[in-house]
Amino acid sequence: MLHADTSKADAVAASTVDLTKIKPYGDTLNDGMMQLSFTLPIPEGEEANEAAKLIAKKMGLEEPAVVYSNDLGIGYTFFILYGKCRHTVDYTAIKVPKVDVDVMNRQQCEKYISDNIKRDVVIVGACTGTDAHTVGIDAIMNMKGFHGHFGLERYQGIEAINMGSQVSNELLVAKAIETNADAILVSQIVTQKDVHITNMTNLVELLEAEGIRDRVILVCGGPRISHEIAQELGYDAGFGPNSYAEDVASFVLTEMAGKKRKPLLH
Amino acid sequence: MKNILNLDPKVIENARSCAARIAESIQTFIDMHTTVSIERTVLRLLGADGVNDVDIPIPNIVVDIIKDGGGLTRGAAYWIGNAMIQTGLSCQEILEKIAADELDITKLSMASTEKVQEKILPLAVEALEKIRNETSKREQYLATIGEGRQPYLYVIIATGNIYEDVIQAQAAARQGADIIAVIRTTAQSLLDYVPYGPTTEGFGGTYATQENFRIMRKALDEAGEEVRRYIRLCNYSSGLCMPEIAAMGAQERLDVMLNDALYGILFRDINMKRTLVDQFFSRLIIGYSGIIFNSGEDNYLTTADAYEEAHTVLASQFINEQFAVRANIKEEQMGLGHAFEMDPDIENGFLYELAQALMTREIFPKAPLKYMPPTKFMTGNIFKGHIQDALFNLISVWSGQSLQLLGMLTEAIHTPHLQDRMLSIENAKYIFNNARDIGEEIEYKRGGIIQTRAQFVLEKANNLLHEIEREGLFSTIEKGKFGGVKRLRDGGKGLDGVFIKDENYFNPFIDLMLGGVK
Ligand code: B12
Repeated sequence: MLHADTSKADAVAASTVDLTKIKPYGDTLNDGMMQLSFTLPIPEGEEANEAAKLIAKKMGLEEPAVVYSNDLGIGYTFFILYGKCRHTVDYTAIKVPKVDVDVMNRQQCEKYISDNIKRDVVIVGACTGTDAHTVGIDAIMNMKGFHGHFGLERYQGIEAINMGSQVSNELLVAKAIETNADAILVSQIVTQKDVHITNMTNLVELLEAEGIRDRVILVCGGPRISHEIAQELGYDAGFGPNSYAEDVASFVLTEMAGKKRKPLLH
Repeated sequence: MKNILNLDPKVIENARSCAARIAESIQTFIDMHTTVSIERTVLRLLGADGVNDVDIPIPNIVVDIIKDGGGLTRGAAYWIGNAMIQTGLSCQEILEKIAADELDITKLSMASTEKVQEKILPLAVEALEKIRNETSKREQYLATIGEGRQPYLYVIIATGNIYEDVIQAQAAARQGADIIAVIRTTAQSLLDYVPYGPTTEGFGGTYATQENFRIMRKALDEAGEEVRRYIRLCNYSSGLCMPEIAAMGAQERLDVMLNDALYGILFRDINMKRTLVDQFFSRLIIGYSGIIFNSGEDNYLTTADAYEEAHTVLASQFINEQFAVRANIKEEQMGLGHAFEMDPDIENGFLYELAQALMTREIFPKAPLKYMPPTKFMTGNIFKGHIQDALFNLISVWSGQSLQLLGMLTEAIHTPHLQDRMLSIENAKYIFNNARDIGEEIEYKRGGIIQTRAQFVLEKANNLLHEIEREGLFSTIEKGKFGGVKRLRDGGKGLDGVFIKDENYFNPFIDLMLGGVK
């Protein structure tokens, strides 16, 4: 009897999630179950499996089990492994930097411009460096937009200049100055060997060298971009996957209204 | 293949002859022009190689000198042959002297074209003989160790470091790959020269250099002998150095080469005149050396919608076929491209993809079609991605595709890791084996979804071709009909490298290769 009662108490306790100590979930709360796949540069065999389990243990996974392993043809082995995570994290203490703005839809953005800004807003954008991926920046800037969300070109009161891909930072800055842009949008899709970091840093340096960094709103985006990275690199905002024109427009317009900048051209 | 889709042969014939007229009208333009890259290729074939002390390739140095001397319209071969006559030196000695800045070949007295031809022809014949030796080596391998079954398993290597590439390529061969493509580093196609020597630094891919080709060829020959299956090597020759890279590929026995002017125009903003002229000479080389070329129609579907714009792929395939015919390429070497890129949320999307694949096979019965995997709608959900790739593999074996570029479950994330390739090879092998003869077993409902779709796409492609014929290919591209990308005829990169040939223009390789010297 006593035994049964305890287990019932456990079951109740286990079904309430302690947000200060969360763990992965397999089929029972706090079982810590995780699934991993990876390769080790050693030949297949008992020793290889043991090595995989030791790696998992060092990662904080208890009772690791190699459920599949296979030779990759050059004496390297691929593993699928399960284990129970020992660690917990405090969900209540997490703070993620996010673009802090109330997103307006297109009509609201247009009204915001005529109410608060009272002139055309100029936005110059490009996919820069050697990056030739245009679909992302087109999704944000071109008339057609993406997934039924129109692009900036469609917005009344926004002059959107999309320079396309493979645009050098120098050219982008020159265009921004020439058009007296309020905001610069940069798209970076290729991230291998951190090319995007080098390239985006270079743009900030260029703007600083010209003494105009604080006169323009600088925004970046791409599938591997987060607001956090953007801020670290000296951008005002960063947008990741599934962002749309209205997200960027809302941010740019609110920034413009909030902080008076000296124009690029004087 | 029988007429399983009930396509109207008259419409196919009509489309094909229309494409022929389009290609012919461009061919007239092509025949009038040469380019810096074509002339560098002539020099490479005649033995120019290496770089000077500041890493400028010898072919570039020589062509720039001839260009600055105003002589490029006569052809680089003329100036080399003339210098041989005037100085009594060999071709190699002349190249060395030019590189060392000891000889200006544009300032010598000038022999007649006939005399120069006599001098150069034996060198040209010898150059082609070397290429033919490589071709026979391939044939010999195929006759002895054999090859994998179609659809060939085609995987991409992209570490940036040729020595790391070798490890991954050999692993892939052991896992079952039939074709290894070493993808090029970001933006190599925009370089107006070919880098030199082995390279270990690249972004998203590895430089295409002759030495890298050689290193990989050797590695794949070794792997092929070990697994008793010839492993084909693929690289990319679209871009500003199209014919040069094709020539290097011919010399180092590449088996498959991406080669598509339209790809360069639309996706790399290369000038259309430049790259169409370059394409012809590069395709001559490719045809001559038994290489399968791959066209890049699949890429249109990354910027345009695969369901709506399916007919643009077919129309472009017809045109690419006709350009290839004009470069003396056999049907068996026409690796026309298409792709499985429809939005996975479309109801019956699988049926539309199947219709497209069966239709392409039926219209180009002998072509080693290159079928590209889903990329645009791949996401970070690698588990779903693996299923998308499975559906793609099923259509391939079903419709008899030839070169199956394997999809990777991690497509949306990074260039393939070692394990990704193993999983995708496993996926394809399983499905190809499990459904091997499915295509032979199935007939299609008359007027059903599949037949209707194929007929519709063919009809639309035919209409588009007629529109292109009326407009001209250049204007069609200017209007953004392919991939939704607009390019101007005098825009883009490389136009300053295009020259009108003068009446004494001399390039020994065009006739030799068109005549197919035995
Ligand atoms: C289409 C495509 C191509 C096409 C591009 C055509 C074109 N004109 O754009 C072609 C075939 C030309 C191509 C070429 C290459 N590609 Co590519 N390509 C892709 C693919 C399949 C889809 C990308 C795409 O269009 N996504 C759809 C758009 C809408 O999404 P998005 O770009 O993420 O944009 C959204 C957000 O990120 C954001 N966003 C993006 N930019 C911006 C900017 C701002 C300011 C804001 C606010 C928001 C924002 O908003 C958009 C809408 O929500 C991806 C794989 C994949 N499934 O992701 C590979 C991929 C991006 N390519 C890749 C590579 C390596 C290349 C090449 C380098 C390969 C090579 N060696 O030749 C070449 C290089 C070209 C070059 N010089 O850059 C890799 C990148 C790996 C990495 N992480 O670095 C990927 C991931 C494929 C892979 N697994 O290898 N590619």
